[in-house]
Amino acid sequence: MNVRTRAATWALGLTALLALVVVVSAGIGHVSIPPRTVALVLLDALPVPVGVSLSGATALPIVGSVPLPSVDFVSPFSTSVPRTAQVIVVSVRLPRIVLAALVGFALATAGVVMQGFFRNPMADPSIIGVSSGAAVGAVATIALSLSLPFGLHGAAFASAIVTAFVVYMLGTQDGRTPVATLLLAGVAVQTFLGAVISFLLLQSGESLRQVVFWLMGHLSGATWDEVVMLTLVLPLPFAVLLAHTRDLNVLLLGEEDAHALGIEVERTKQLLLATASIVTAAAVAVSGVIGFVGLVVPHMLRLVVGPDHRLLLPTSALAGASFLVLTDTIARSGVAEIPVGVVTAALGAPFFLYLLRTREVRSP
Amino acid sequence: MSNDPTEHAADHSTDRSADHAAVADDPFTASKPAIELDDVSVSLGGQTVLDGISADIGDGTFVGLIGPNGAGKTTLLRILNGSLSPNSGRVHVAGEDIHALSSKAASRLVATVPQTTAVTFDFPVREVVRMGRTPHRGRFDGWSEDDEAAVEAAMRRTSVAALAERPVTEISGGERQRVLIARALAQQTPTLLLDEPTASLDINHQVRTLELVDDLVGEGTTAVAAIHDLNLAAHYCDALILLANGRILSAGDPATVLSESNLREAFDAEAVVSRHPVTGSVYVTALPSSASADATGRVHVVGGGGTAARSLHVLSAAGYALSAGALNEGDTDAEAARRVGADLVTVPPYAPVDHAAQSAVESRVKAADVTVVADVEVGEGNLANLEAAAAADYLVLVEERPFSERNYAGDAGRAVYEQLRERGHVVEPSELLSVVGELACEAAGE
Repeated sequence: MNVRTRAATWALGLTALLALVVVVSAGIGHVSIPPRTVALVLLDALPVPVGVSLSGATALPIVGSVPLPSVDFVSPFSTSVPRTAQVIVVSVRLPRIVLAALVGFALATAGVVMQGFFRNPMADPSIIGVSSGAAVGAVATIALSLSLPFGLHGAAFASAIVTAFVVYMLGTQDGRTPVATLLLAGVAVQTFLGAVISFLLLQSGESLRQVVFWLMGHLSGATWDEVVMLTLVLPLPFAVLLAHTRDLNVLLLGEEDAHALGIEVERTKQLLLATASIVTAAAVAVSGVIGFVGLVVPHMLRLVVGPDHRLLLPTSALAGASFLVLTDTIARSGVAEIPVGVVTAALGAPFFLYLLRTREVRSP
Repeated sequence: MSNDPTEHAADHSTDRSADHAAVADDPFTASKPAIELDDVSVSLGGQTVLDGISADIGDGTFVGLIGPNGAGKTTLLRILNGSLSPNSGRVHVAGEDIHALSSKAASRLVATVPQTTAVTFDFPVREVVRMGRTPHRGRFDGWSEDDEAAVEAAMRRTSVAALAERPVTEISGGERQRVLIARALAQQTPTLLLDEPTASLDINHQVRTLELVDDLVGEGTTAVAAIHDLNLAAHYCDALILLANGRILSAGDPATVLSESNLREAFDAEAVVSRHPVTGSVYVTALPSSASADATGRVHVVGGGGTAARSLHVLSAAGYALSAGALNEGDTDAEAARRVGADLVTVPPYAPVDHAAQSAVESRVKAADVTVVADVEVGEGNLANLEAAAAADYLVLVEERPFSERNYAGDAGRAVYEQLRERGHVVEPSELLSVVGELACEAAGE
């Protein structure tokens, strides 16, 4: 079976798994809803395009005013599910679940890319300081009660991207970016930003609790707006990464070899780094620092599908989505709500140690 | 200009400047050089690594890069495959300026076999070989029949087809080396670069690897390999480039490049150059620096056909007074004996060792503290030498091959040799100096 067929088969299977996890998760909570009802609610909520009508006119440059097609939606299934169940699932639980899926998807994607990029199984999405950068932006906004044009998310995203860029510049000399230098620059910058965050925590006063909660990684209070933001940001970078999976494979052989095999090494590294940073920054901006998803999920999948990024990237992304939905379900279904970052770390660390001890994690 | 290879490397076919090293410029194949280096200089971290390198490498030749550690061999290979740009100078491969090409276009011209390195991720062998097709595929291209055919041929060629499904992390170093060669072959380039292809291999795999490269060169590939082992380089390469301190010290035919004076200058080591008794290739023996000509005593050496040349050089360098013979005039060993100033007994070319010569040898054997019998082929003509050697007090037999393989004197030969073997010390060439040293001490003590 060739790689494309295998990738498609895996993707199909993991998508089905994700759907199952979503349905089960949406039924779990203070009010327990049977999976069948959840499924019906979800089908009900699914907008289905039934027709196209030409309505309204939009001004376009050059061509002037043109009537644009608009799509009419209709819910095809008029099922009789209780109104309360509908509200709970669609308005309360679903945004959080979908957001968890998107964040898990993003973090696992970035984790795969960073591990391949650094040829180091200990690499994770925040290795070049993206998470610390986002944290500084978010913590500053909360602690100093700043009011910024794009709010908390915008500040976190922007400071994450700036941090990644600074680390890249620090790790680059004469147009070359050795990964070891980049790694150390990332460590140094993260340490520095850690100090900044500590300082900001001291200054945060009343908002300390809110800041700490953000730092621990959370999905509570998720809104459809956040879902829409991630849905808009993620597809393009993911498609770019998907198109570079073969280059990532060749980069695993080492940069000298990759160059000898026709990869424009520095350019490819820039692209991968920038794209993975955007993906990470988007996820961290909405959910805070959720650890271990980007580290452990790619490892688990590497055990199952092997090191080939053409398989590893899509499967890890989908599995990461399921993983975070599951862990977030655990986080919110206990007696007291706990940040999901605590759950992923509590589950991820022992699992990672298990991998380490069974020598499945190879040092480079 | 700086390098000085020109006396050896004649380039009559072109009008190039006189200090251009034309390597292996065979008039029948050198229509156009496969690789042209024109005054290439590189400095890394402020240090000059290559300093004005100019050379032409002929199409379809196997060129060895030799030189001490840090001479710039690996850097030169990195220049040749385009992964490093020179500070000045130009490199043309197949007529193209390699540093003006995209990485992809360059790797359709030049394939590189790196030194075997640790592989972290456990791709199956077949997948690693398939990566050799990267320069031939567009980003969204599928896997074509050409790709498949190239990969299959490369794996068959390097005998890694049986390993195809094994993870590359779980095969031996020698196998991994072949996988990397297969990957380079899958690139289907006219030029192949190899960085120390034999460095981590046992002797069997060293030979198999170089035989494979030699075959590929026979089919028209141009190969440039950095090779540490001078004797392997001399045996397999059509031409050698000797680098020292970032410059070409000598280039051309192995016999020319591997001169004792070149080796002394490049490696700062005393070495003896002779012909290998079995293969006939140039053979370099490095002398231990402790062999500082302070040994005393007299040694007689029995040899012939080049088998004693190395022993003569080694013993002479160690300081022994030597005698040798009997040898036919014109024999390689006779020349070697004259060069080290040995007291030589000779007989005319093709003549057998007569009674007069035998008694002359016998008197020298008796005068010597130790007598060394080289790994010589014995026929009726020189059996007398062995009979004379029986008169020795202390006898050393150097054996590289079993006597039966080099005995052309039948039962008589075997009988005489058995008798010597019972009394003598049988040694490998590497042990010669230490055993002779011990015996000479004993002899002096009597």
